[in-house]
Amino acid sequence: MSEGSVVGSFVVPVHPHTVLAPNQNEGWQRLRDAFDEAAQTIKDLDADLLVIYSTTWPSIIGHQIQSDPNPEWVMVDHDFHDLGSIEYSFNIDQEFAHAWDDANKKRGLQSRCVNYKGFPIDVGSVVALTLLNPDNAIPAVIVSSNMYANRSETTVLAKSCLDVIKSQGRRAVAVTAMSLSNRMFTDFIKPEDDKIHSLKDDEWNLKILEFLKQGRLEDVGQLSRTIQRQIRVQKVVAFKPMWWLSAMNGNRNDLSGKVLAYEPIHGAGGAVVSIDPTPSGAGDKEYDEDDVEYFHGERGVLDTIDENDTGAQQSPVVEQASSGPSLWEPTEAEGSVNTDAAPKPVGAYPHARKVGNMLFLSGVGPRQPGTNAIPGGPIHDEDGEPLDYDIEAQTHAVVNNVKRIVEEAGASMDQVVDVTTFLVDMKRDFKGYNDVWAETLGKIGPTRTTLAIDALPTPIAVEMKVIVHLGE
Amino acid sequence: MVKGKIVAGCIAPHPPHLVYAENPSQNEPVAEGGWEQLRWGYERLRASLADIEYDAIVVLSPHWQTYIGTHFLGLPHFQGLSVDPVFPNLFRYHYDLNIDVELAKAIHDEAASAGLPVKMMENPDFRVDYGTITTGHLFNPEWDKPMVVLSSNRSTAYYSVEVMQEIMVELGRVTRRAIEASGKRVVVLASNSLSHRHFTTESEVPEDMSKEHITSHAMHLWDMRIIDYMRTGQAQRILDEMPEFTEQAIAESDGGGLSWLLSTLDVPDYPAILHGYGTIIGTGNAVVEWPCHAHEEADA
Ligand SMILES: [Fe+2]
Repeated sequence: MSEGSVVGSFVVPVHPHTVLAPNQNEGWQRLRDAFDEAAQTIKDLDADLLVIYSTTWPSIIGHQIQSDPNPEWVMVDHDFHDLGSIEYSFNIDQEFAHAWDDANKKRGLQSRCVNYKGFPIDVGSVVALTLLNPDNAIPAVIVSSNMYANRSETTVLAKSCLDVIKSQGRRAVAVTAMSLSNRMFTDFIKPEDDKIHSLKDDEWNLKILEFLKQGRLEDVGQLSRTIQRQIRVQKVVAFKPMWWLSAMNGNRNDLSGKVLAYEPIHGAGGAVVSIDPTPSGAGDKEYDEDDVEYFHGERGVLDTIDENDTGAQQSPVVEQASSGPSLWEPTEAEGSVNTDAAPKPVGAYPHARKVGNMLFLSGVGPRQPGTNAIPGGPIHDEDGEPLDYDIEAQTHAVVNNVKRIVEEAGASMDQVVDVTTFLVDMKRDFKGYNDVWAETLGKIGPTRTTLAIDALPTPIAVEMKVIVHLGE
Repeated sequence: MVKGKIVAGCIAPHPPHLVYAENPSQNEPVAEGGWEQLRWGYERLRASLADIEYDAIVVLSPHWQTYIGTHFLGLPHFQGLSVDPVFPNLFRYHYDLNIDVELAKAIHDEAASAGLPVKMMENPDFRVDYGTITTGHLFNPEWDKPMVVLSSNRSTAYYSVEVMQEIMVELGRVTRRAIEASGKRVVVLASNSLSHRHFTTESEVPEDMSKEHITSHAMHLWDMRIIDYMRTGQAQRILDEMPEFTEQAIAESDGGGLSWLLSTLDVPDYPAILHGYGTIIGTGNAVVEWPCHAHEEADA
């Protein structure tokens, strides 16, 4: 399976005019035409997933992900109800929604799926999916924007989405449903009198579009706090969609952008922008904000009592994983080799220990340092229900963890002399494991023993016990 | 024609948790109680008005949010399923409510002639917001009185609390004039919380009351200060301090309901009755009644 990626991104406007009344105003019609062009582009990209981040779906309890496989209802806008109703029936990728929810939790986010008949899907998502995916050919997923979230939380939300896109090998299109300047006229206007609310809004919108056209998405992300102050009605604490979209694109400034349309909708700035991950050739600038992998923000405000705080002795346990054994700090003794670049032990032992010119590694699995995520997915869920997982991805991750520990000891992989591998499902996994072995350790040539065992302490399928000869 | 009359004005907050905790047949999820202080507060409010006759309930809910003026539900009947987009796990309510379109139109017209941007909402597919439904259910679980439903204009976000209040005070005046001209007896409800900072996590059992408390001491102080003004007949001070209260307590009065209510009641200088106070995921909520029927002289 090839690794998944974001194959295209779009910024689209939220108000219902492009669906219900494009013929009432030439600008609305141009936005509609741009939507249609974007829909065709998405088709041509051969995308198999649409991910919508909607600014018109606020949430309070973390982020919410729509997981009703076929949400159906009739949407009427709170303000523009006289334009008519939009009947919808969408194709939601429930499996992806659940996987994203899990990935969010692994990265420290508060997250939940919502699957309720009659759930009121927000206007931005309804407009985006109606026009970008008219025949429902591409499964979609919708995420809310948390009212209180700031950049780190929004960035991590994108990274966990990418985790799933990669592990499922998806060709994803990322969409932000948003206005640029969002100030509307506060009185009723005739369609033909529509214009951007003020010159200042217009100038800022044009500046943002200039950046997007140059593929400088990360720069727009870093301008977001200024944009919020300058041209956003302060309905929420931050202007977030560009943070999410930039993180979905690896926080780059060398993308290729195209503005398909920019027009007023009742005074607000509506734009359809297409962003292609192909490098524009411009030098990419350094991503100089905190590149956060795991959300550590204060969200557990309901639980003020520290339940671990019972013993007088300092516990070596550093964290309790959401399921499975506790994680420990690696132990220290003469010759021990420990690194933050390898996953935390599940007991009182070091990552490796040096004796003379030999290095003995503790059993190494595929868990990722920091996030504790399992590439290729865990083999069962928290209730012990088996899950589909990717043995090749897990094996690759094991080899990478081994490499980090070996290098921490000042050695290199070509000094590995003996490996014992444990598989929990020999029948299912031997071939995949063996293929990865052949292209990695197999090229180095250590002796090898492969054993089938009943279980490992975490929901992983493969672990290796490695011995290294450090040389004379 | 007999002059119409406002028989009572109330703050009637709408967190869906209160309906959820009560397990009415209309709501799908099932709870093991919770938030009793507030639910019993609503009970006391209902008992307090049980012997008072009235024709219609006029409510302003901050969850029908309009950016272009104030809108009014403009069809005689709305029916459907309301799912709270924020707490869909708690609130999926099958509603069936009647609108006093005549009174709605009268307030609409009065507001229009005062120069306020207004619109009647006449799309039959429109889903009534969960704030209106929660307040409607808790105030009148029988749903046997027609309602007039006003949207919440977002002028606090667009301009400032001061501008919002200016608009809402004017809307309150026209609401009062239209009610008086209608010859009807009416209850007026502002459907909003007081301090409004939420927790962003939810306990495993949402109704676990061991986890429920105000988000911060400052929020508590503001809530008590405002309630004290209510209990001691100092509505004008609430209006005077509205900008500070709304900003510092992130209060749901940003939606205009409280300013509109106090103006509709002609800024009462008699004490309100506090029927209950409690927090809901950290926000401060009070059930409060101004018993106008006992204080305002019957005009000849
Ligand atoms: Fe509310």
